[in-house]
Amino acid sequence: MSVISDVVVPARAPYSAFLKAGQVMRIIDLESQQAVDALFYSAADFSERYSAQDTLAAAAASGGKYYLGVGSVLLSNEGRPMVTVVGDTCGFHDTNAGACSCESNTVRFGHETRFMHACRENFLVELGKYGLGKRDLVSNVNFFMNVPIRPNGELTVDDGVSEPGGYVELRAEMDVLVLISNCPQVNNPCNGFNPTPIQIIISGK
Amino acid sequence: MEDLDRLTPAQYRARYEALQAAARGRAVAPAVAFSEIDPALVKKTEVIPPGGYVAFRVKRFDVLRVENPAGTPGAALFLWNADDVSERYNAGDTLKLQWTTNLTAGRVLFSDMGRVLASIVADTGAGHDSIVGPNTPAQAGAKRNGRDNLRLAAAKFGLTRQDLGPALSLFSRVRADDAGVLHYEGAPDAGAMVELRAEQNLLVALSNTPHALSVAQEATGPIALTVFHAPPGAEDICRGFSPEAVRGFENTDAGFA
Repeated sequence: MSVISDVVVPARAPYSAFLKAGQVMRIIDLESQQAVDALFYSAADFSERYSAQDTLAAAAASGGKYYLGVGSVLLSNEGRPMVTVVGDTCGFHDTNAGACSCESNTVRFGHETRFMHACRENFLVELGKYGLGKRDLVSNVNFFMNVPIRPNGELTVDDGVSEPGGYVELRAEMDVLVLISNCPQVNNPCNGFNPTPIQIIISGK
Repeated sequence: MEDLDRLTPAQYRARYEALQAAARGRAVAPAVAFSEIDPALVKKTEVIPPGGYVAFRVKRFDVLRVENPAGTPGAALFLWNADDVSERYNAGDTLKLQWTTNLTAGRVLFSDMGRVLASIVADTGAGHDSIVGPNTPAQAGAKRNGRDNLRLAAAKFGLTRQDLGPALSLFSRVRADDAGVLHYEGAPDAGAMVELRAEQNLLVALSNTPHALSVAQEATGPIALTVFHAPPGAEDICRGFSPEAVRGFENTDAGFA
């Protein structure tokens, strides 16, 4: 395995890259408590994309949990494995809360937040480079984002639990386009109220 | 006015914790009785047989009463704004914006645009799940399944799998235990019922197919549908349910002003 790409994604910025099957992407939370929103599309047909519900249904059938960790297999809307989490120092990655947007921020945090930066802005800019758009946005993975669902049904965004230098490693099971927003949100604790850079290393043949 | 991009972490935290505390104070949903439907207001009735689906349009302030007389384990639902189909049901926003996975009377279904697609105006409380959602061929095998039925319904509007995201499984109770394991709580009681009021002109896809975690992977009874027109009154249970709902309706109503 050799390093193919090694970049630092600045705080609040988007990123995207293709992974060939077998290649591994390591996402490093350099300073801790930084949510990294991610979406996955089949490189062969972008209309096959990550499906949170397919992923959780398959996990739940074997006693799995409502969040992702090492061993989680991320499935497409055709039920096919897209990537597997093969390394993880954090243990909790959300896939229920979706990505923040300007519009949802107005509802959740007040109309005064409407012009603040948001993950779906990052996603849309990055999707546009591939001829994709808003129809292609679905519920994503939020790496390093702590979103407990409590037995009483409450769903909140709590303080992140990732440590400085913590990482998650994803092995591509098919050729995929990976879309990332280094989350700019400061209205909830997902980034410790202080968005910070991340590092992304792709390795493989 | 304070510059929201330049507050301190402590100031951001204080704002968030105030919103969270307020949300926790209203976690219990009101009980709501179903009223008699005036036959003169009925626009449509349908009975969807096991494995079937329907695709139809409704106008703003039409109400969909969905009945589950035999307690079949789930009914898959997806919604689009009929006037702009790129605006559609958003599971993540629906849960996150209301701080809960418990969708019942008083709660609403949000689009991806910070607007309300539909309000849950009455509910027997069978539970409606948007975490795991409808079944797919992975659970149902060759039997009719929610994913394919929703795609077929979408196709009747000229839409494709690109136009679908995580969906809602009505009449499906799923709970996360203390360890985070998801549990399906069993088929609903016979006679379960829910009413959804359209808050925009909508395209509706409704499928009589089970939840993904149901033991039975084939529908066990019909789903009955009644559409009637009933604009909100002054004392509506959804429109004033929470500050989040108020802002969602402000965003929605602006499009109809």
